[in-house]
Amino acid sequence: MIRMILKEVKEYRNASLATPLFMILEVMMEMIVPFLMASIIDNGVEVGDIGHIYRVGGLMIAAAAVGLLAGMAGGRFGARASAGLAKNLREAMFDHIQTFSFSNIDKFSTAGLVTRLTTDVTNIQNAYQMILRMFTRAPASLICAMAMAFFINARLALVYLAAVLILGTILVFIMLHATKYFQQAFPKYDDLNASVQENVSAIRVVKAYVREGQETSKFYKASENIYRIFVKAECNLVYNAPLMMMTVYTCILLISWLGAKMIVGSAMTTGELMSMLTYCMNILHSLMMMSMVFVMVSMSSASAKRIAEVLREKSDLENPAEPVTEVADGSIEFSDVEFSYKTDSAEPVLKDINLKIHSGETIGIIGGTGSAKTSLVNLISRLYDVTAGEIKVGGINVKDYDMEVLRDQVAVVLQKNVLFSGSILDNLRWGNPEATDEECMEACRLACADEFIRRFPDGYHTHIEQGGNNVSGGQKQRLCIARALLKKPKVLILDDSTSAVDTATDAKIRRTFREEIPGTTKLIIAQRISSVRDSDRIIVMDEGRINGFGTHEELLAGNEIYREVYESQTGGGGDFDEKAGE
Amino acid sequence: MTMAGPMNRTPRGVKSQVKNPGKLMLRLMKYVFRDYKYHCLLVFLFIIIGVLSNVQGTMFTKNLIDDYITPFLLTDSPDFTPLARAIGRVAVFYGIGVISTYLYNRIMVNVTQGVMRDMRNDLFAHMETLPIQYFDTHAYGDIMSVYTNDIDTLRQMISQSMPQLINSAFTIVSVFVSMVILNIPLTVVTMIMVVIMVVCSRKAAGISGKNFVEQQQNLGKVNGFIEEMMQGQKVVKVFCHEEENKKQFHEMNEALFRSADRANTYANVLGPINAQLGNISYVLCAIVGGALALNRVGGFTLGGLASFLTFNKSFSMPINQVSMQLNAIVMAMAGAERIFALMDEKPEADNGYVTLVNVREENGELKESSERTGRWAWKHVHQADGSVDYVELKGEVVFNGVDFGYTDDKIVLHDVKLYAKPGQKIAFVGSTGAGKTTITNLINRFYDIQDGKIRYDGININKIKKADLRRSLGIVLQDTHLFTGTVKENIRFGKLDATDEEVIAAAKLANADGFIRRLPKGYDTMLTGDGANLSQGQRQLLAIARAAIADPPVLILDEATSSIDTRTERIVQEGMERLMHGRTTFVIAHRLSTVRNSDCIMVLEQGRIIERGTHDQLIAEQGKYYQLYTGNAITA
Repeated sequence: MIRMILKEVKEYRNASLATPLFMILEVMMEMIVPFLMASIIDNGVEVGDIGHIYRVGGLMIAAAAVGLLAGMAGGRFGARASAGLAKNLREAMFDHIQTFSFSNIDKFSTAGLVTRLTTDVTNIQNAYQMILRMFTRAPASLICAMAMAFFINARLALVYLAAVLILGTILVFIMLHATKYFQQAFPKYDDLNASVQENVSAIRVVKAYVREGQETSKFYKASENIYRIFVKAECNLVYNAPLMMMTVYTCILLISWLGAKMIVGSAMTTGELMSMLTYCMNILHSLMMMSMVFVMVSMSSASAKRIAEVLREKSDLENPAEPVTEVADGSIEFSDVEFSYKTDSAEPVLKDINLKIHSGETIGIIGGTGSAKTSLVNLISRLYDVTAGEIKVGGINVKDYDMEVLRDQVAVVLQKNVLFSGSILDNLRWGNPEATDEECMEACRLACADEFIRRFPDGYHTHIEQGGNNVSGGQKQRLCIARALLKKPKVLILDDSTSAVDTATDAKIRRTFREEIPGTTKLIIAQRISSVRDSDRIIVMDEGRINGFGTHEELLAGNEIYREVYESQTGGGGDFDEKAGE
Repeated sequence: MTMAGPMNRTPRGVKSQVKNPGKLMLRLMKYVFRDYKYHCLLVFLFIIIGVLSNVQGTMFTKNLIDDYITPFLLTDSPDFTPLARAIGRVAVFYGIGVISTYLYNRIMVNVTQGVMRDMRNDLFAHMETLPIQYFDTHAYGDIMSVYTNDIDTLRQMISQSMPQLINSAFTIVSVFVSMVILNIPLTVVTMIMVVIMVVCSRKAAGISGKNFVEQQQNLGKVNGFIEEMMQGQKVVKVFCHEEENKKQFHEMNEALFRSADRANTYANVLGPINAQLGNISYVLCAIVGGALALNRVGGFTLGGLASFLTFNKSFSMPINQVSMQLNAIVMAMAGAERIFALMDEKPEADNGYVTLVNVREENGELKESSERTGRWAWKHVHQADGSVDYVELKGEVVFNGVDFGYTDDKIVLHDVKLYAKPGQKIAFVGSTGAGKTTITNLINRFYDIQDGKIRYDGININKIKKADLRRSLGIVLQDTHLFTGTVKENIRFGKLDATDEEVIAAAKLANADGFIRRLPKGYDTMLTGDGANLSQGQRQLLAIARAAIADPPVLILDEATSSIDTRTERIVQEGMERLMHGRTTFVIAHRLSTVRNSDCIMVLEQGRIIERGTHDQLIAEQGKYYQLYTGNAITA
């Protein structure tokens, strides 16, 4: 997992290596200062050598200056390395997601992918910078200070060693304990947010049923719960600061007592004692730093895991070795097709599908919710691979085509469709980047979109907002159809794509299709019988199987489900039919 | 030290500037003080004790060298008892310092978490009172981020920055006083260095801040692009738009990298600059102090120098810390501004005084009853003389010349007139955006009308208390929303004190009983994530059951069966018909077959009722309805 993330450091390897080196240099310069200090006092002040004071003082300033440069360089490279890693990670994930198949996309939710690309990457960026800078700085500072302390006075330094060991053990213990609590607490926190989310999106229901009071008291209870859990978790951390202080103070007092005796016994100088006291602070401070960094880094490991999940995901659709790059015609053939979304699920979504559709035919597809209409058509442009059997388009197995060629020739207007922010023309040109303005308008005319686009003040240059929220549902659907038409496909699939379009326009679109693109095979999934009844043939789907396949009249006579649907939509009264048939 | 918030937060663009940070800070303080006055005072006290004991300890270094070491250097048999006593005394001070540090940290946990809890509660309670308009005009993500990001930054500020500031302020003052006492020339040297430090860090912080804003803007762009593309990923696939996407993303990502690199560099450089300037200040003091001690200027001793050097360190440390907290405070202020902005939103106005009560009929007169009688009446207390009228709840709804617009300058409904007798079924048909849903939203006063009158059982609905008005209306909406909880609890949402039998009866009425019993735990199955484990149709059935149990005299069905296929709809329809029996019902439907048997069908176009009448009348008229209907049934 960590290796996967680190692989993305790439061109920022040098910066990543330089950062810790500069940090160590900075630490070393910092550590020299108290040592030189001792020299000033012992060989300068106590013996009255003012020249020595200036000389060593100059050295100290030089050390501080080198330290400053090293620190700045460390900060510079640390920023570059971590921002670079973040950039590469985002790009690696984004590019990788572009290779995902539909089933890969289904596996991760949209929100999940967005979080991984945004928050998780930011977490890793911060953690990486922390590791490069602090995780080398703190131990280096600890080791240097310790070494200096031993160099000055090994016996007194033992006091520090003992303090480090004791404090270190306690800190590790507290941190482990606290992390456990926090890991329990965070999911609760998410629950609380989920309840806010629920209330914001369902505010109309809450208000309609006058349940504001109930929801509020429910929320109070949940937030009280959070309060308790977090107080409990944070109470563990509360010991850190006083513990650290206590250790520092104990060390100071012990060193003062032992040091005083040593100085009097001439085993040590005053200057050395003072340096020892400074190192004491350094040592314990770096220990504290390490424990903090450790917790923060370990918290970001969840992010690393989530990112690795995306990077590790393998697209389950691959282009064949020698792809076919030409789709002969719009004929479609299903033979013994079986399909399930997950390989291990017991009940396949589609079973025993055998179909032969001729090029240029218009095929209606009808069936209840969950009867696998969408699954059926998604197999044609190889958005998913069949579990068993095979599908041929233009007489060739879809798996043998270059995927891009296949999808250009088999255009799908998805049920859950989206427009992207940009002008209407920008959106249309998704279908064909080279399309001229005239071609775009022609496609819109076919999809009955031209009329409303022209009514917009900016016409074809109207800006579409993210998700297409500034056009109505019916308008959006027509734009999506036009976008697909621009591909000039051999097969056009409309997956419930006119549900929000009024019936008259719906009929007009179908009529235009019949007249203007007769060579294109058209598959139309619909809820309304009226949208499919004039098709050449109609497929009736029921629970993943083909229940009937024939013309409107044939099905009405021989297919029970079709008749039922028909009756449910027409009211079924005989008198009604006469009236409507005028 | 506290942990950073939950990991799943979305970074958001930093707003340019907080308008009035001083006032905002004061308000925040007031908020914290409201419930935690004594806690805060104690924290304050303990911080001071902690600082003082620390300063006292540092002073000890001077005494140690001057009084207990230097004099003994010349004696043969030194007596260490006074030193032991002195160390003991200091140990007591240190002990007090440690204990008060613990105490204030411990109290702060309660204060921080408590304030967070109160703030969340206040936010939520207030949010529930806000008008629908608020939710229309504020993006869902923005509201959520108040609860997550903004509260989170505030927590960091309250738990860390505030005590840190108090602590630093006290440390600075007391250390400064101690330094002045020890040696004035050295204090001057230290102060000069402090000024240089402050100037440098302000400069660096300024540049870094500007770059951070740019980084946030670029981050916002990248996040927006990611969000849009992830949502449209399937469309991207269908159109083979992957390479194009990669190219666009690469450009934005590169821009983000550049600004992040710059912003973080300046932020990172700040630390070493301050630290090393601190070191230089230390060195300068050592040199000057060494010279002073050597020449015994003003009785300055070696011990004094040792103490001063420690003070020098403890003087630059809090300044560093404060400068590090500044960024956090700026972010927290921006968060606080948004939090208070939500709290300051005006709640839904409700001047209604007519209430809904249970009644019993005695001698032909309606008498108020505290029990559930199954009969309801509007209790109308006349403001003029205090006399009370009871009007039986029947479900008559009248619109008279109603105009409405979401904003005053854009009227979307024009001169709507309608008359619904108790028990009638009124249908609205028309294309998307014609204003069907808007009309129903006016009945329950999700929005208030601009002109005209709506009367309910003869009472102007503006006079009815909103809660009571809504209680008398059952609604099934197009987008079904379920809540986290069991199936039973979700149905009970319509009537909190419903018995299990009532719940089951309501489910049966809506034809939901069958599928519920097939769920793993039947009525006790947990629903999560807005009922994600149910099909759209099943969710709608639950929503219908929820309305059924509320047993309201008036029902509003807004595309209640749109997501159910027509065959299933027939099954639901039976339940719906049973539910509608004897109630005034407003139906909005896409499928004309479901509205055919209405008492009156209103055809809406661009906010106006263009046709009205029964199905047969409208067919005979051969107008818009006829077109729609025939287009629907038989291809034109």
